[in-house]
Amino acid sequence: MIDVLYFAWVRERIGLPKERIETSATTVADLVAELREREERYEAAFADLSALRVALDQELSDFDAPLADVREVAFFPPMTGG
Amino acid sequence: MAIDVRVQDAPFDFGAEADSFAAGRSDLGAVVTFTGIVRDTDGALDGMEIEHYPGMTEKALQKIAAEAEARWSLGEVLVIHRFGKLAAGERIMMVATASAHRAHAFEAAEYLMDYLKSRAPFWKKERAGGAESWVAAKDADETALKRW
Repeated sequence: MIDVLYFAWVRERIGLPKERIETSATTVADLVAELREREERYEAAFADLSALRVALDQELSDFDAPLADVREVAFFPPMTGG
Repeated sequence: MAIDVRVQDAPFDFGAEADSFAAGRSDLGAVVTFTGIVRDTDGALDGMEIEHYPGMTEKALQKIAAEAEARWSLGEVLVIHRFGKLAAGERIMMVATASAHRAHAFEAAEYLMDYLKSRAPFWKKERAGGAESWVAAKDADETALKRW
């Protein structure tokens, strides 16, 4: 089980801020592929990965990163702080 | 060296923060402060809402501040960043740096801002004319990191 969090327009497109997912995905890209096949709203959120960033256990990471021992994955658009 | 990072929805008192920052540290001859304000370029902005990633935000800001500390000789670093609803003209955030001489404080403050803009998990949403839109990240923000 892995906690998946969504922020900003990713959260709005998917329609929820957080969910717990049972997955056998071994990388972030695998998890994204799995989510995209679920429902149209996931497909809409993940259509363009270049517009997305990912954090693993609250550290910025990459889509090819492994998911082993990861408890929390977060997807969001490029950050706009300051 | 002290790093003070605060992420909060409440407003902050810039005057009081600037006044107490590095107070009593007479070895630090230079203090630089930067304040980010909700901008309303053409008078159409109804307000802004800032979303963040509780937990990661604090860690990311601590990490950015620690990296600044490793690169420059700093006596004190302060980062305050708000989230939630803000009106035009309100202060969103501030950074303050203190060093013995001004070059370190100036450069570290710029570094903090450059990294804070695109490496700390905040997202701005603007409301204008009854419509809401997420503020898009600028290519220039990413390019700005290359100079460091």
